[in-house]
Amino acid sequence: MKLFIDFGSTFTKVVAIDISNEEIVGRVQVPSTVDTDVTIGLQNAINNLKKETGIKDLMEKEALACSSAAGGLRMTCIGLVPSLTCEAAARAALGAGAKLVSHHSYKMTSHEIREMEKLSPDMVLLVGGTDGGDEETILHNARLLAKSKLSMPVVFAGNKVVRDEVVSILQSYGKYVECTENVMPEINVLQVESCREAIRKIFMENIIKAKGIDKVKAIIKNVIMPTPAAVLSGAKLLAEGWEDEKGLGELMVLDPGGATIDVHSISYGRPTKSGVVIKGLPEPFAKRTVEADLGVRYNATRLLETVGKEKLMNDLPIPVPGDRIVNIINSFHMNIGRLANTEEEISVETSMSRAAVEIAVERHVGHLEIMHFADGDILLQRGKDLTQLETVIGSGGPIVFSPNQDFVMQGVFFNSKNPLVLKPKNPTCYIDEKYIMYAVGLLAIDSPKAALRIMKQYLKRMGNS
Amino acid sequence: MEKAKAEDRKTHKVVLGTIGADAHVVGIYILRRALEEEGFEVVYLGSVVSQEEFIGAAIETKADAIWVSSLYGMALLDAEGFRDKCTEAGLKDIILYIGGILTPTGEDWEWTEKQFKKMGFNRVYPPETLPSVPITDLKKDLGISG
Repeated sequence: MKLFIDFGSTFTKVVAIDISNEEIVGRVQVPSTVDTDVTIGLQNAINNLKKETGIKDLMEKEALACSSAAGGLRMTCIGLVPSLTCEAAARAALGAGAKLVSHHSYKMTSHEIREMEKLSPDMVLLVGGTDGGDEETILHNARLLAKSKLSMPVVFAGNKVVRDEVVSILQSYGKYVECTENVMPEINVLQVESCREAIRKIFMENIIKAKGIDKVKAIIKNVIMPTPAAVLSGAKLLAEGWEDEKGLGELMVLDPGGATIDVHSISYGRPTKSGVVIKGLPEPFAKRTVEADLGVRYNATRLLETVGKEKLMNDLPIPVPGDRIVNIINSFHMNIGRLANTEEEISVETSMSRAAVEIAVERHVGHLEIMHFADGDILLQRGKDLTQLETVIGSGGPIVFSPNQDFVMQGVFFNSKNPLVLKPKNPTCYIDEKYIMYAVGLLAIDSPKAALRIMKQYLKRMGNS
Repeated sequence: MEKAKAEDRKTHKVVLGTIGADAHVVGIYILRRALEEEGFEVVYLGSVVSQEEFIGAAIETKADAIWVSSLYGMALLDAEGFRDKCTEAGLKDIILYIGGILTPTGEDWEWTEKQFKKMGFNRVYPPETLPSVPITDLKKDLGISG
C-alpha cells in the first residue's frame, strides 16, 4: 500500500495504490491550503481517504508527493544567443517541471538584474557558450549575479571551460551553485538530462522548504519533484515500457489545469513527408510545454483574452450568449475552487478546456514552412512532426472530470485549414480516468513495472471520433 | 614568431553551411572532410542555413571563420548584409569566405568576386575550386604555419 500525493495549485490529490495487487484502492481530492498551512489540506485528504477506504493505516509516513503549489517552480534562464543556448536552457527547465518567469540573453545589464531581484525566481539557470566556445558572456553574467542581492540557487550548465571560474565567482559572494553538463555542448546538440536532475534535486532540497511545503514531511515521506516532472516521467514510462512489459509507443499527454495547461510528447517527431529539411535546435524526445495563459480557473480571464469570445461561442456543446460567457469566466476567475454547476457553466467550461487543448497542442507541435525557389519548393520543419502519432492521453481535471470528454479532446486533432501545424491526424485517444499519471511517475522510481501495468490497466480508451 | 606558434597550437573553428533556400550539401560535405583532415574543428550546419544561424553558431562556438557555400545562384541576395550583421553581433573581424555557383547566369568572375568583397567577404571562390585552395588561404589568414 502506498500513497501518492499531488499538491496542486487548486486541489491536493491523494491516491492509494496497492502495489502488489496492482490496484487503486481509493482516491480523494480536497482544496489545497498552501496559503495558510499546506498540512491542513493534506490531513483532510488523508482522513477522507481513510473514511472512503475503511483502512485505518494508509502508511502515510511512506507517501511520496509532487507539487505545483505556491507558484510551482519559478525559474529564470540566462544564456547567450536566444535561438541557441537560451532555447536549450528553456527546454531543460520546462522538462524539469519549471515555469519560466523570465529569460535573458547576451550580456546582462544592471537594469535586468534589478528586474530579476523584483521577480525573485526560485532558481536561476545560467548557460552560454558551447564547450570550448564563448566564455566572456557567461563570466560577465556570473559576476553580475554574484554581486546582486539575489540569493536563490544557481545551476551552471554552460561552457565547461569556465566552470571552475564561474563557481569561484559565485561562491566568493556566498551564492549556492550546482554544476551540470552543458545544455548545448556543441551547436544543435541538446543535452538536458543532467541539468534536469540538478533542478529536481535543488527543488527537493531547497525550494519546497522555501515555500513552506516541506512541513508535510511531518506527515509523509517527502516531496520529490515538481508535478509536471512526475507527469512527464509517467508519460515516458508509458511510452517506452519497462523490460518485458510493453509500452504504448510514442504518445502525447494533455494536462490542462486551473492555472496552466501542460502538453507532453514522448516522440522523436521525425518528418513524415520526404524531402523535408529539419531546422532549429533538436527537441527532446520527452518534451514538455506549458502555457500560462490557458488555465481554466486562476487566469480564466487571460484564457478569454487569448482565445477570444467569438471562438468560444463557436465551440460550445450547448449555446450560451456572449455576455453570459464572459460573466461565467469572470466568476471562475474570482472563485477558483468552484465547480461548474449549471448546464451553461458546464458548456462554457467545456469550450474553454477544448480551446486550451487546441492552442496548447498547436504551440507544442512542430510547424512546416514552405520555401519557394526556382527549382521547386523546399519544406522546412521546425519542431516535431506528430501527424502520425498513434496515441493521445487526456489527463488533468478539466478533461478527466468533464461530462464532454470527446468534445474537449477534439482540440488535439490536425486541422486541415492549418496543414502546416503538425498535430496528430488520427490518434487513438485515452483518458487517464483515475487521474493518476503523476502517481505513476512517482511510483516508477521504485517500482516501474508495477507503475506501468497499473497505468495501462486504468486507461480508458475512447471511441474514435 | 611567438604568435604564429600560439596560433599553431590552438584548434581553429570554422562554421560551415549552405546559405538561403539551397539544399545542396555535396560541396560542404567535401570541405568538411578536408578541413577536419587538416586539424580544423568544423561546426557543420548543413543546408538551408540563414545568416542568423551562421552568426549564432559562430558566437556560441567562438569560431574563427565562417564559410558560406551556395550552389543555386542566389548568393548575392542571400548574403546581402552578412558582414554588417556580423559586426552588429560582435564579430566584425571574423574571417568570411564564400564559394560556389554564386550568380545565376555565370557573370564575369572578376565582377562577381568584387561584389562579394564589397559585401565584406575576405575571399571568394568560383565553382570547382579544390578544398586545398581555401584551406591554404585560411591558414595564411589565421597566421598558422604549414
